[in-house]
Amino acid sequence: MVVQALAFYAFAAVLISAGIMVVVSKNPVHSVLFLILCFFNAAGLFVMMGAEFLAMILVIVYVGAVAVLFLFVVMMLDVNFTELREGFARYLPIGLVIGVVLLIELIVLVSGAIPIGKASGPVAKAIAKQPSGHNTEMIGRLLYTDYFYLFQAAGMVLLVAMIGAIVLTHRRRDGVRRQSIAKQTARKSSESIRVVDVKPGEGL
Amino acid sequence: MGFTFTEIMPAWPEIFLACAAMGLLVLGVFMKTGAARSISWLSVLALVATGILEIVVVPDGGRVHIFNQLFVADVFTTFVKCLILGASAVGIIMSLGYNDREDIARFEFPILILLATLGMMMMVSAADLISLYVGLELQSLSLYVIAAFRRDSVKSSEAGLKYFVLGALASGMLLYGSSMIYGFSGSTNFLQLAKVLDADASAGIIVGLVFVMVGLAFKISAFPFHMWTPDVYEGAPTPVTAFFAAAPKMAAMALFISVLVGPFGNLVAQWQQVLVLIAIGSMLLGGFAAITQSNIKRLLAYSSIGNMGYALIGLSAGTKDGYSAVLIYMSIYLVMTVGAFAVVLCMRREGRMVEEVKDLAGLSKTQPAMAALMALFMFSMAGIPPLAGFFGKFYVFLAAIEAKLYILAIIGVLASVVAAYYYLRIVMTMYFTEPVEDLDRNVGPELSTIQAIAGAFVLFFILFAEPVVQMTNQAIASLTSG
Repeated sequence: MVVQALAFYAFAAVLISAGIMVVVSKNPVHSVLFLILCFFNAAGLFVMMGAEFLAMILVIVYVGAVAVLFLFVVMMLDVNFTELREGFARYLPIGLVIGVVLLIELIVLVSGAIPIGKASGPVAKAIAKQPSGHNTEMIGRLLYTDYFYLFQAAGMVLLVAMIGAIVLTHRRRDGVRRQSIAKQTARKSSESIRVVDVKPGEGL
Repeated sequence: MGFTFTEIMPAWPEIFLACAAMGLLVLGVFMKTGAARSISWLSVLALVATGILEIVVVPDGGRVHIFNQLFVADVFTTFVKCLILGASAVGIIMSLGYNDREDIARFEFPILILLATLGMMMMVSAADLISLYVGLELQSLSLYVIAAFRRDSVKSSEAGLKYFVLGALASGMLLYGSSMIYGFSGSTNFLQLAKVLDADASAGIIVGLVFVMVGLAFKISAFPFHMWTPDVYEGAPTPVTAFFAAAPKMAAMALFISVLVGPFGNLVAQWQQVLVLIAIGSMLLGGFAAITQSNIKRLLAYSSIGNMGYALIGLSAGTKDGYSAVLIYMSIYLVMTVGAFAVVLCMRREGRMVEEVKDLAGLSKTQPAMAALMALFMFSMAGIPPLAGFFGKFYVFLAAIEAKLYILAIIGVLASVVAAYYYLRIVMTMYFTEPVEDLDRNVGPELSTIQAIAGAFVLFFILFAEPVVQMTNQAIASLTSG
């Protein structure tokens, strides 16, 4: 239990401080890197809660794709971040108010002032039906059997997204010199190398 | 849970269409240049084949649920899907000449239409809130892309972006509503919901239902969720606009019917009041806002908003006759709209598209046949007997009166009188003003054929109104059989 608690506090502390660093660091590239650190620690917390599937998704999707995309945007586009930062002081009060409201909500929830009842009616029935087991396995079982149709349909949606991205952005440019692998491999040493007898003192 | 290939027979058309779209995509990539035209015709062929398959596998009577009750097939879905497939095929054919001339002929266009059609078919067959959403998203995503298909034009890109942003908002509303419904009932399945929900449902269910209706009303561009329609219709390439006005409207309306009648059948009293407001708003807006429009695409956009209002009258009646009136109305609307847009696609002068109503001036003298057909479509939309449009309106008003929704019917009649003004203004421009400049004549045989067929349907609908009514009645009977 002690190890678990220590791990929890370690993950949580790094998560929160990395989160703060995302907001305050001057260099946007550092912000993105701290964001990635956040995701890893959140994934650690998920694993501790027994939600290993969410943890994997967080690492694969958010770190592997979304954060890398952010990094690309930050590095490729010339966004002036000092300008973006100018409104910071102006929006600070509103941000603080929202933060305080969220904090109060959390405190009320944790203090137990509002009793959190058990699910009743149809919801309770739906929860009771859930079989136990590793959640990755359970999701896999459902996805490829009961929800097979939706799985396939979601695949079609992704296909459309891919076609759409290509149709709307891909342009054929003229004068691009492409690598021709066939030509490259068809070259023989006899065509491309010749031995020249260079006389000393004369050069070619 | 597993299933065999024969068990999922009702979904064969969808599976075929998905495979055809993917196969043609690969073919298009390998063919490289000049693939657009052949891929388009092959796509039309695929749509026709899907339609035939659809008729072959239709379950006779009753409803068949497959894929763990996520997918449903019956006479109703078959009827609607055949109309959608036809409208999509016509949409591809209408785009051929336009895309060539405007230099946007790319093979992805027909494939995106195929995938949009697949999405529509999945919407129509949805038997669960999740499959509803996935189908809707497949359809919408394809439509966003083809709205912006002419990517070098600012207007087309704007149309695509506007449609995308507002569509995402509508999807969000729909999802929020679905989550409320799931939270308060414990199921997303239509059969289950129909069992659990009764007339005195909790407030959470009703809030969820209203949000789902908002999402669907957006898709059929009914008041007050219509604001995207005129801009998107004006900005998108004209054949795309023609497609938007036809097939997706049919699919969304069918989905509207099946959602309200199926899982929420016991909550008629609740959704009826919402629908009555939406219907009145759409009819009035469609009538009055169109008067000041000079661009014919915008005008037809407002006209389609109005038409959705009339169709919703039938749905708000909450009776079987009302639902079948919606199907009749939508079928007729489909043909009229396709015909009118086939004429709009012919409006070219010196090789460039013109879109103003005044460009039609004197068309009766320069191209009498096309003017006569356009006049026919306009008279029909205005609801003048004995043309098809009259029957559409007649059946929905009849259903409203039988359901004792007198005010709705009266407002509907008044709004259609207002709408008749701008339809007749187009006819007047064509027949009673002097031609300014001639429109181009070589429009290609596809468009004239489509105009002629649509014209014949509108003119002779009175002769085969009876079988069409029977067919819709049968469709609704199978939908409500549970």
